[in-house]
Amino acid sequence: MTFASIIIQLLNGLAAAASLFLVSAGLSLIFGVTRIVNFAHGSLYMLGLYGAYSLIEALGRTPLGFWTSVVLAALAVGLVGVLIEVLVLRRIYRAPELFQLLATFAVVLVIKDIALFTWGAEDLVGPRAPGLSMAVEILGRRIPAYDLLLIAIGPVVLLVMWLLLTRTRWGALVRAATQDREMVGALGVDQARLFTSVFFVGSVLAGLGGALQIPREPANLELDLSVIADAFVVTVVGGLGSIGGAFLAAVLIGVAKAFCIGVGTVHWFSADIVFSKLTLVVEFLIMAIVLVVRPFGLLGKPQAAQRLAADPAPPLTVPSWTFVLVGLALLLAVPIVADRYVTILLTDIFCFALFATSLHFIMGPAGMVSFGHAAYFGLGAYAAGLLLKRAGLPMEAALVLAPLVAGAFAVVYGWFCVRLSGVYLAMLTLAFAQISWSIVFQWDSFTGGSNGVFGVWPAAWLAGKTTYYYLALAFCGAGIALLWRVLFSPFGFALRAGRDSPLRAEAIGIDLRACQWIAFVLVGALAGLAGAVYAFSKGSISPSAISIAQSTDGLIMVLLGGVETLTGPLAGAAIFPWLRDEVARRTEFWRAVMGGVILAIVLLFPQGLVGGLKALSQRWREERA
Amino acid sequence: MLTRNKLLTRAIWGAAALVGLSMAAPASAQGPIKIGELNSYKVFPAFLEPYKKGFELAVEEVNAAGGVLGRKIEVVSRDDNGNPGDAVRVAEELLSREGASFLVGTFPSNVGLAVADFAKQRKVLFLAAEPLTDKIVWDSGNAYTFRLRTSTYMQTAMLIPDAVKLNKKRWAIVYPNYEYGQSATAAFKKLLSAKQPGVEFVTEQATPLGKIDAGAVVQALADAKPDAIFSSLFGPDLAKFVREGQQRGIFKGVEVFNLLAGEPEYLDPLKEEAPDGWYVTGYPWSEIKTPEHTKFLNAYQARYKDYPRLGSVVGYATIMSAVAIIKKAGSLDQDKLIAAASGITVLTPFGMIEYRPIDHQSTMGAYVGKIGVKDGKGFMKDWRFVDGKDVLPTDAEIKKMRPAN
Repeated sequence: MTFASIIIQLLNGLAAAASLFLVSAGLSLIFGVTRIVNFAHGSLYMLGLYGAYSLIEALGRTPLGFWTSVVLAALAVGLVGVLIEVLVLRRIYRAPELFQLLATFAVVLVIKDIALFTWGAEDLVGPRAPGLSMAVEILGRRIPAYDLLLIAIGPVVLLVMWLLLTRTRWGALVRAATQDREMVGALGVDQARLFTSVFFVGSVLAGLGGALQIPREPANLELDLSVIADAFVVTVVGGLGSIGGAFLAAVLIGVAKAFCIGVGTVHWFSADIVFSKLTLVVEFLIMAIVLVVRPFGLLGKPQAAQRLAADPAPPLTVPSWTFVLVGLALLLAVPIVADRYVTILLTDIFCFALFATSLHFIMGPAGMVSFGHAAYFGLGAYAAGLLLKRAGLPMEAALVLAPLVAGAFAVVYGWFCVRLSGVYLAMLTLAFAQISWSIVFQWDSFTGGSNGVFGVWPAAWLAGKTTYYYLALAFCGAGIALLWRVLFSPFGFALRAGRDSPLRAEAIGIDLRACQWIAFVLVGALAGLAGAVYAFSKGSISPSAISIAQSTDGLIMVLLGGVETLTGPLAGAAIFPWLRDEVARRTEFWRAVMGGVILAIVLLFPQGLVGGLKALSQRWREERA
Repeated sequence: MLTRNKLLTRAIWGAAALVGLSMAAPASAQGPIKIGELNSYKVFPAFLEPYKKGFELAVEEVNAAGGVLGRKIEVVSRDDNGNPGDAVRVAEELLSREGASFLVGTFPSNVGLAVADFAKQRKVLFLAAEPLTDKIVWDSGNAYTFRLRTSTYMQTAMLIPDAVKLNKKRWAIVYPNYEYGQSATAAFKKLLSAKQPGVEFVTEQATPLGKIDAGAVVQALADAKPDAIFSSLFGPDLAKFVREGQQRGIFKGVEVFNLLAGEPEYLDPLKEEAPDGWYVTGYPWSEIKTPEHTKFLNAYQARYKDYPRLGSVVGYATIMSAVAIIKKAGSLDQDKLIAAASGITVLTPFGMIEYRPIDHQSTMGAYVGKIGVKDGKGFMKDWRFVDGKDVLPTDAEIKKMRPAN
C-alpha cells in the first residue's frame, strides 16, 4: 500500500465507522439502563433507512428535503422504539434475566414482515445527498464529499451525547440508573418514564444511523440482522454503557476492515494470504482479542453488583418418574401410530431438545449465558461428517467420536470464556462461534466451504427412518438424562452455588472456575452429540449449523420454554420448530405470525411456557387447599 | 400478583392459539398430480416473488389446457428458510405427507446441493430450478438431479468472447465470498487465461455477501490500476459498488464485466445510475420478440399487471419442464420419470431447451449485452442470445468431473 492509499483507506474506515457508532451508542445506552439485550435494534436501523427513503421520495430530492427526511425518519424510529417499550417490554421487566431478548426477537420477525409488506422485496436505492453528491480530490484520489461529512458527524454526536449525559438532569439519572437502577427507583424517580425516554433516544440514534446511510446503502431486508451483530460487537469491545468506548471501537473496527481490504493479497513464505477474506470475521477476531486482554472492553468498568430485577431463580425440581416414563412410552409408540413425517419432525426435535438442554445447563444452573452455542452443535456435526467422508471411519465411530471433537473445542474456548462474566462472557462465546464459522465457511478443500459436506448418511442398518428415530431418541435422551443427573450431583449444586453467590462458593472451598470449565466442556460435548445426530439425519451439513441463527434458535427454545425449569427447554425445543413448521405452510407472512405468537406467549407467560404452567398449577393447588 | 381467574384466562387464550394452529387437514384423494416445491422465499424475496408468480402462471396454463395424464396439477410450495437442514425436512414432508410426486425448486447453492443429495438417497426426481452452482450437475452430480438454470460456469463462459476481444492485460476481480462468487472467479480466470495467454489478474477482493465495504473495495481495486474488472456482485452489494465506483470515478477508462447485472431484479433498482457500457448477462424482457417469449410476456402482463423478471421465467420454465417430464414418462414412477427427463426437450420463453443426458444440465441460454441508460432507467443494449449448449465444456471434461452412477 502506498502512503496515499493508506490515508484514503483510513478515511473510508472512518466513514464506515460513523453509522456503526450511532447504532452502537443507542444500543449501549439502552443496555446500560434497562439491561435488555435488544435484538430489535438492527430492525430500528433498517426502519430508519426505509423511512428516510420514503420521506425523501415524498419531500423531494433537495438539500432541505433530504435533511428534513433524515431527521424525521430518525424521530419516527424513536417513536417506534417507544411503542416497543410501552407495549411489550414494560410488561416483562421483572421476568427472568434475558427473557426480554425473546420479546425483542419476536419484534424483529414482525418488523421484517411489515417492511416486506410495506416496501416490497426489491432493494430500494436512495438518492445521493443533494448538494453533496460530488467527490473531493485528496492525494490524487476521489472521496465522496458525503463520506467526509459522515466522518465529522460521528464526533459531533459523541460530543452531544457526552453533554447530554454529563450536563443534564436526564443524563445524571441515566448514569445513576446504569450503576444502580433500584436505588434510583428508591429515590423516587419514575423508572417507567426514564426507561421510555432512554428507549426513545437509543432508537433515534439507531434510526439516524440508518437514515444517514441512504446515500451509501440500498434499503433492503437483510440489514436488520447484519447490523445487529456488528452493533453488539462494537458495544462490547468499547465497554458496555460507555459511549466513548463505542466510538473508539467503531473506529477500530471500521478502519481494520478498510485495511484488510486495502492490503489485499500478500505473499508470505510462498503462500498467498488473502486479507480481504478476513472481512468476514475481523470484528469478531478483534472482539475475542480485546475481551481476552481486557475483560470489560476498552473503556468499560467492572459492573457494580446488580441487585436482581427479578426474584432469584427457584430451586430446580426433578421431573417425576411417572412423567418421564409416560413421555418415553408415548415417544416409543410414535413410529407405530403416526405417519412417517411425524417421526422425521420428532427426530429434528430430539436433536434440538438435547441442544437446548445443554444450552439451558450452561445459561441456567451454571449461570454462563452463551450466545455462540451453535459452535459446538455445528462442530459436532462437521466432525461427524468429516470423520465419515474424509477420515473414512464407519458411521458408528464417527457418531461416537464427534462429541469428543466438539468437547475438545470447548476445552479451548471454555478456558477463555470462564474468565469473564455476564454479557462479556456471552459475547466471547459468540466470537469463538463466529471464528469457527468463518474458518469452516472458507476452508473449501477440507470442510467444503459454503456448500458444506454431503452424503453424510447413516450406516445401512440405521438408515430406516424408524430405526434412526429410535437411535436419535436413545442418544439424545441419554444426553438429556446425563445433564439432568449431573445437575443434582454435588457438582451441579456447586455450579448453582457459584451462580447465586460466587464469593461464598469460593469461601467454602469450591474451585469455581474449574467447575465452570468442566461444565463448559460437558455441554460442548453434548451439544456436539446433538449436532452429530442431526447431521446423519439430514445427510448433509453446511455452515448454517454454526451460524448466529442457529445459536439464536437455541436461545429462543430455552427462553420460550422457561429458563428456570428443567423441562422448559424440552418444551421450547418441541414447540419452536413445530410452530415454525405449522405457520410457514399456512401463510405467506409467516414470520410476522411467528413473531405475534411468540409475543403472545411472552406476555401471557413471563416465566416461559413451562414456568407459567407450573405457576398456574401451583396457584390452583393453593386455592384448593 | 395475578389472580387465579386472570391466570386461567391467559392460559386458555394461550392454549387456544396453539390448538388453532394445529387444526390441519392433510387430505389427498386421487385428485391432482402434486409437485413438491421448496424455496427460500423469505431469504431471497427479490428473486423469488416473481419466480412464484411465474410458476403459478404455468400451473394455470397447464390446468386450463386440461392438465397432464388426464389430471390437473397442483404445486405444493414450502419455505425452506434458506437452511439445508430445514430444506431436507420440508422435502421429506412434501414427499411423505403431501404425497408430492417429485421435487422442484431451491435457490442457494448449499440448499440445492443438500436436496440433491437427499433426492439421491430417497431415489426421487429433483429438478433444481435456480441454484447456479456447477457442482450440482458436475462434481456432486447424481442420477436423480436435473438443473434448469444457466449455471455459473455457463454464464461466465458467455462473457469470455467479449473479454478476449477487448484484449486487456490487467484484470481486477471482485466477488461475493461464497460458492457462486468463488466458482465464477475460478471459471473466469481459467477460461480467459486459456484464450488469452499472458493475461494478468492484478488483485482479487472477496467481500462478505450483503456486507461489502464498497468504498474501501473500490479504492483497493483502483490502486491495482486494472485495465478491466470482472465482478460477480449482485443485489445490494452491486448497488453499493456501482455508486461508490462512479462517485470516485474509478470506472473511467476501465471495462467492467458483471455477471447477472442485466437481470431486472438487480438492474432496475439502480435506476438512472445503471452503469453505462458494462458487459453483463441478463434478461432484456421488453425487447425479445421470439414467438414463445411474446406469448409468455403477454400472458404474464395480462395476469399480473407487471413485467416479468428473470425469476418469473425460471419459475415458469420449471413447471413447464416438470409437466413435460410427466407427460413423456406417462406415469409417476420414479424410474420412468428419470428416464423421461434425461434428454427431454422443453419449449420455454427462452426457446427450446434440452436436459442433457450426459450431466442433466439444461441447455437454457442467457442474454449477453451491455448496459445502457434511457429515461432514467437501465436497459440492455447490443444484446444477443447465447444458447446454453454452446458454452458447456466438452463431454470428456464432464465425464472426468462427474461421478459415475
